[in-house]
Amino acid sequence: MRLSDLPRGTDAIIDHVDDHAETDPVARRLRELGFVPGEPVRVVATAPLGGDPLAVRIGFTRFALRRTEADRVVIHPVKELA
Amino acid sequence: MTTLNIALVGNPNCGKTALFNLLTGSRQKVANYAGATVERKEGWFTTPGGRRIRLLDLPGAYSLNATSPDEAVTRDVCAGTYRGEAAPDLLVCVADATNLRLHLRFVLEMRAMGRPLVLALNMIDAARRNGMEIDLPRLQAELGMVVIPTIGVRRDGARELLAELDGTPPPVPAPLPEGTDLHALVRQILSDCVTQSSPLSDRIEERLDRWVLHPVWGPVILIVLLFFMFQAVFAWAQPLMDAIDAGMGMLGQKIGMLMPDGVLRSLIVDGVIAGAGSVVTFLPQILILFAWILVLEESGYLPRAAFLLDRLMSFAGLSGRSFIPLLSSFACAVPGIMSTRTIQNPRDRLVTILIAPLMTCSARLPVYTLLIGAFIPHRNIAHFLNLQGLVLFGLYAVAIASALVVARVLRWRNADRQEATLLMELPAYRVPNPRDLALGLWERARIFLLRVGTTIVSLTVMLWGLSSFPAPPAGAQGPAIDWSFAGRIGHLMLPVFAPLGFNWQICVALIPGLAAREVAVGALATVYSLGSGTDTDQAALQLGQMLPTHWGVPTALSLLAWYVYAPQCVATLAVIRRETASWRVVAIAAGYLFALAYAASFLTYHIARMF
Repeated sequence: MRLSDLPRGTDAIIDHVDDHAETDPVARRLRELGFVPGEPVRVVATAPLGGDPLAVRIGFTRFALRRTEADRVVIHPVKELA
Repeated sequence: MTTLNIALVGNPNCGKTALFNLLTGSRQKVANYAGATVERKEGWFTTPGGRRIRLLDLPGAYSLNATSPDEAVTRDVCAGTYRGEAAPDLLVCVADATNLRLHLRFVLEMRAMGRPLVLALNMIDAARRNGMEIDLPRLQAELGMVVIPTIGVRRDGARELLAELDGTPPPVPAPLPEGTDLHALVRQILSDCVTQSSPLSDRIEERLDRWVLHPVWGPVILIVLLFFMFQAVFAWAQPLMDAIDAGMGMLGQKIGMLMPDGVLRSLIVDGVIAGAGSVVTFLPQILILFAWILVLEESGYLPRAAFLLDRLMSFAGLSGRSFIPLLSSFACAVPGIMSTRTIQNPRDRLVTILIAPLMTCSARLPVYTLLIGAFIPHRNIAHFLNLQGLVLFGLYAVAIASALVVARVLRWRNADRQEATLLMELPAYRVPNPRDLALGLWERARIFLLRVGTTIVSLTVMLWGLSSFPAPPAGAQGPAIDWSFAGRIGHLMLPVFAPLGFNWQICVALIPGLAAREVAVGALATVYSLGSGTDTDQAALQLGQMLPTHWGVPTALSLLAWYVYAPQCVATLAVIRRETASWRVVAIAAGYLFALAYAASFLTYHIARMF
């Protein structure tokens, strides 16, 4: 599953970030900003007019990113415990 | 003791600039880095212990793997490899205590610089309010550097930092082993040193963003904010503007009475005071607009507006990031174009620079106000809509629509495979700090007044000279200006502009109007008052009532259309040149704006004449 498929308000854990090219500056920047394996992530908002871009929360930080960017982030959803 | 060179580094939104303002007060200088289009902020202060400090506020960076010119400057200055910049003696890394997971990674990266380093743990008060407990001694031990809590927005918030600067300089931290996983290390440090007592979802950002970023309420809030912004600019500024206007009028009269009649009095009253006055009048408007933009920026709202508008901007092939520079261009294209530095994609940045002059800058307002007041009847339509207001709105709307079309065309012409990116932090909400607002406003007011003081007044004086000399020969017939250089140039230009319905007086006013838009009003006053032989002050005041007797409505509409695309001012062209380092871009901007202005005026004039 990819971050771009994650419904709003659902928690997920980042698996890894895919490179879309040999050297993918977007993927590298995503990793530098904390999109690293094991990090919890959540889509907190989707923009008007078609739900693109997304606003996501990762750690203490919120980022806005387009769906094409969120497409690089592979996630696995968390089961609600208790 | 020699001056100590210190550089402030940190992530964007870490409160670095607030700390910079706190330390340096108003002893700052803003310029550009040599050979780059990145803003360089430097300030000076003396510590309580008497040590002189030169403080550099480096651009915010997320990583030393630079993806923007800003980040490249920060990397090179810190490394001491930037040409013309002294290597800093000490790096003060600034991190937002409420956002350590992101900011500590960059702090750890800075250890590789091999320079003395201290960490200013900023906004420590906000972290405590959020229920975070930070074990400072342990954090200091694990990071391997001195950690000093600071509060950039409080008067004594840098006391401990100043005390540190007075002491012995901190050591150079040992670089981390090659290939250290910085994220894992940060996670480790955070779990060791930070305890979070209240859940994340209780944070004010979570609650506010539920509304601000909502697909329906978000745009509603945005529209309301923009409405109040424009209301403030166009209605609340009016009393202040009237007061300044009256003041300048009185000043002209006083000086006119004190001085003997002659060339010098004419120069002072008709040239300098009339020219500067018609421009200083717009200072309240520009300051109110800048105050709004600063508040939106400082509060953390602007990136959210960019998020909401990203989709809309993507229709023009731009990202939401372009929204901020374009919005600023409504005050003046100069700061707008300067703020395109936040756009990382070079193509997006270029397109934004090229369409920024189409945003109706406040310098066009004097022309709009004069022409609408003189030619559009003050009539209400459907009770609440005023015809004059409607025309003004229409002029703004046409300009924005044109900008979207131009951006689209430019993107289509420069189609490349590069992906359009947004990826942008939505920073924490903050109550704007009055000191930071005041310093930001002061900086902008200074730029505006310097522009008034130099470019515009000298242009007005030049026009006065062109309109006054040579004087008509004794016993000559007709208005004096007809004999002057201005009259001759106006007549020479007439064949080009006659198809737009312009007369030679408009042509004369267009000369300085090309250089600085707002001068055109003063120029018209000069041309008509000098030409009609009546008292200058009277004529300037009555220009609005006088114009309808000289021009038809089609001419006025045509001139309005001309100003929508308004052949840009010299300052705008100069800043485009500075920001793009390319005369070609300047030529493209000037050429396409002139072509659009000519076409729009031509069509407007000929369509209006049919009615």
